[in-house]
Amino acid sequence: MSVVLEVDRVSKHFQARSGFFGGDRRVVRAVDNVSFSIEEGTSLGVVGESGCGKSTTAKLVLGLEDPSAGAIRFEGKDLVGMDAAGRRHYRKSVQAVFQDPYASLSPRMRIGAIIAEPLITNEKHSADTVRARVLEMLDLVGLPARSADLFPHEFSGGQRQRIAIARALALSPRLIVLDEPVSALDVSIRAQILNLLRDVQDRLGVSYLFIAHDLAAVAHMSQTIIVMYLGKIVESGEARALARTPMHPYTAALFSASLPDHPDDRREEIILSGEVPSPMNPPTGCHFHPRCPRAMARCAQEAPTLREIDGRRVACHLFD
Amino acid sequence: MTAPLLELRNLSTHYVSASGTRVVRAVDDVSLTMNARDTLGIVGESGSGKSTLALTMLRVLPPAARIVGGQMLLEGEDLVAKSEEEMRKVRGKRIAMILQDPMASLNPLFSIGDQVGEPLRQHEGASRASAWKKAIGLLKAVRIPAPESRVTQYPHEMSGGMRQRIVGAIGISCEPRLLIADEPTTSLDLTIQAQYLNLLRDLQQDYGLGLIFITHNLGIVAKMCNLLAVMYAGRVVESGPVSTVFNAPAHPYTAALLHSIPRMTERRERLSAIDGQPPDMSALPKGCAFAARCPRVFDRCRQEEPPVFTPSPGQTARCWLAEGTR
Amino acid sequence: MRALRSVRAWLRDAPAIPFLILGLIAFAAVFADFLAPHDPQFGKLSERFLPPFWIERGSTAHIFGTDHLGRDVLSRLIFGARVSMVVGFTAVIVSGVVGTTLGIVSGYLGSWADQIIMRVTDAWLALPALTFAIFLAAIVGPSEMNIVIILAAVYWTRYARIVRGEVLSLKEREFVRLAIVAGCSKWTIMRRHILPNVINSSIVLATLMLGIVIVTEASLSFLGVGVPPPKPAWGVMLADGKQGLMVGHWWLTVMPGTCIMLMVLAANLLGDWLRVKLDPQLRQL
Repeated sequence: MSVVLEVDRVSKHFQARSGFFGGDRRVVRAVDNVSFSIEEGTSLGVVGESGCGKSTTAKLVLGLEDPSAGAIRFEGKDLVGMDAAGRRHYRKSVQAVFQDPYASLSPRMRIGAIIAEPLITNEKHSADTVRARVLEMLDLVGLPARSADLFPHEFSGGQRQRIAIARALALSPRLIVLDEPVSALDVSIRAQILNLLRDVQDRLGVSYLFIAHDLAAVAHMSQTIIVMYLGKIVESGEARALARTPMHPYTAALFSASLPDHPDDRREEIILSGEVPSPMNPPTGCHFHPRCPRAMARCAQEAPTLREIDGRRVACHLFD
Repeated sequence: MTAPLLELRNLSTHYVSASGTRVVRAVDDVSLTMNARDTLGIVGESGSGKSTLALTMLRVLPPAARIVGGQMLLEGEDLVAKSEEEMRKVRGKRIAMILQDPMASLNPLFSIGDQVGEPLRQHEGASRASAWKKAIGLLKAVRIPAPESRVTQYPHEMSGGMRQRIVGAIGISCEPRLLIADEPTTSLDLTIQAQYLNLLRDLQQDYGLGLIFITHNLGIVAKMCNLLAVMYAGRVVESGPVSTVFNAPAHPYTAALLHSIPRMTERRERLSAIDGQPPDMSALPKGCAFAARCPRVFDRCRQEEPPVFTPSPGQTARCWLAEGTR
Repeated sequence: MRALRSVRAWLRDAPAIPFLILGLIAFAAVFADFLAPHDPQFGKLSERFLPPFWIERGSTAHIFGTDHLGRDVLSRLIFGARVSMVVGFTAVIVSGVVGTTLGIVSGYLGSWADQIIMRVTDAWLALPALTFAIFLAAIVGPSEMNIVIILAAVYWTRYARIVRGEVLSLKEREFVRLAIVAGCSKWTIMRRHILPNVINSSIVLATLMLGIVIVTEASLSFLGVGVPPPKPAWGVMLADGKQGLMVGHWWLTVMPGTCIMLMVLAANLLGDWLRVKLDPQLRQL
């Protein structure tokens, strides 16, 4: 299988200014030395709590932000220093579906125009071809053809998310970034959308970068999961193995904190103390050590590196 | 035998549009019973009427909504019959509510001590000083570190999890009998949510509270509740002990909800989704409201509305499939 | 037919008074040549200072009386409506288009474009509008065309400010981010995604600005730096009549004053209604 996207030791730093004249500058490491790759037709899940850098990661992959360091390679070519044609090709190949189905469709455009926009912007087609493509996409996501002439407010949340998916698919992309695609939807609709995404992947072989805080949904959708904490990857590996036997204490706490799906499912409760520290001022050493139930003296001094153990990558001194 | 903590009998709340032509039966013929120390989860999708039910219990409905029938017995006293004046003594004192958004629930202009102490001053006539003193104790009870210094601070100085705890402290300040939590954890991170749910469970044990969770998340019910009521289109379509309902759901809607949740540990190729959309509440079809989406629908469902059946002790279901078990 | 019905449905709760007033003034402005009983610019000196007809000495030949040159006040008011309408609407439209465009550019592009436009706006808003207008008028000289330019130059900043604020929140919306991902250029996004969502606010603001613009125009004319004298602007009429106040020629000021007041009132009422009418839609989007 070929690698579609490779993120190689990418960092994104923001300058945060404080103080009266903005003289007190601090660097926020929103994403810090993150590496992963996505293979064709597979899904990579990213989980973590607020401030962990998963949204910034999505923006970096979408080209909405440029990395401060490291390289993002698409089909083997680095995004930085790509020529105009390469950039255009990348734009066409990477699309997105966002969380809020009410905010992600332009309220004053008809559905047909919304779905056609990426097509018209990037390629030259006759009006008939565009219309045919729009109807094909609507059919693919299970909406009637007459939807094309309606406005977004005439649809429910789940239907809007279908429209958003249809739009993302219009250019036949190779990768779709799914940023919390179902968390704003009702339970019975969530399953519809997750199934649709699955079906689309099976039929078209598109890859997903799936970002969500619902661990079960991520585990259901992805082959590989990355767990992030304060901008760094703390653990990554095969989805089910990672869910069943987490290695990093944070992964363990996160999965133990996720809600059970059955009242008889009594799992070991790991209740972390405190909250995620501000990324402006992260703890020394391992960022997780102040909340870690298994912290050692060494954790406060030395940041652990991500190393390969049993087919997984873990950043924790426990496994040195 | 003493009266149950809360008993709803055939409770109905309807919204009537300004012109009087559109009636939305947001809560329709709801009957539920719970005792002290019970935790009841009321589950439903948006528009199912679960939030209106919560507002009905506190009688804080918007002007267009009206309780059109039924009784709400709180320790044997009917709340529907009470005057507004008497209701004020119930709210905050005997029934308290925690709202969804911790930021919107706190007034940014008042100190934490004032806000936690306010119900005490309102209901028990406590002085500002003694209310503050009690507030410190309450903050300790919700496990806020250094409560003595926290009472003088303002909401913007707190993190999201901390604010949610303060809202919880306000909820229990008058030692209510019943605490209603409306989507209490939707905006919280997972590890903070776990902390908070644990806290609520401890408070329940310490104070002997009845706890009601209004939520769309079956996980919260599985983790926290012993009783469950599933709402669809304004009605309780199934209710009963959580383990019974999870193991043997009697209503196809409940069954479908349970099967539509992705599971972490087992790999299923597809989730069993419920097709279609929830019905338009102002134009409900004849017969069962779920009929159009139901995988096990038959002719009778489209003609007649199913009454309440009792498939097993303590379990109720509004479904023709449960007929004969009455 | 369907369009007509939807227009009617939209106007169902429209307030009658502002539409009536503005309709009347617009009618007078358009058909001034037929409606005015006398020439507005020439009068008989023998008929100076005739009072309105209901007062002694007045006659129905000059319903609202005559001024110091014997010109018919009613005719001058009718032709004055034309000046107010043309100047008011043009100035509002020009300033609205300029302000909205700059507001969108400023809010969406950010960085240096935003810095420049907003600093200019700040400086602009710090100057008292009328003083600034007089200053500009003194430079370019009085003419109807120049008045429009001056008013637009003074008032575009209000649009820019409000539109920029809305754009700042709009551009964080996901549909804008998706448009970037889809490969749309900045200009396409501003035109296709931002503009349709701020246009309502601009229209509401324009209606409310109409009153202000008309008062400013009248003030400039009153001060002699507005519409040049023989033309019957309401502000000019006020200025001409002010001497008469002391000697009891009240109609020379009260009549144009009332017209200005009615028009401003109508514009404000209309603006309030439009704001309520358009705003909930904006919010629910």
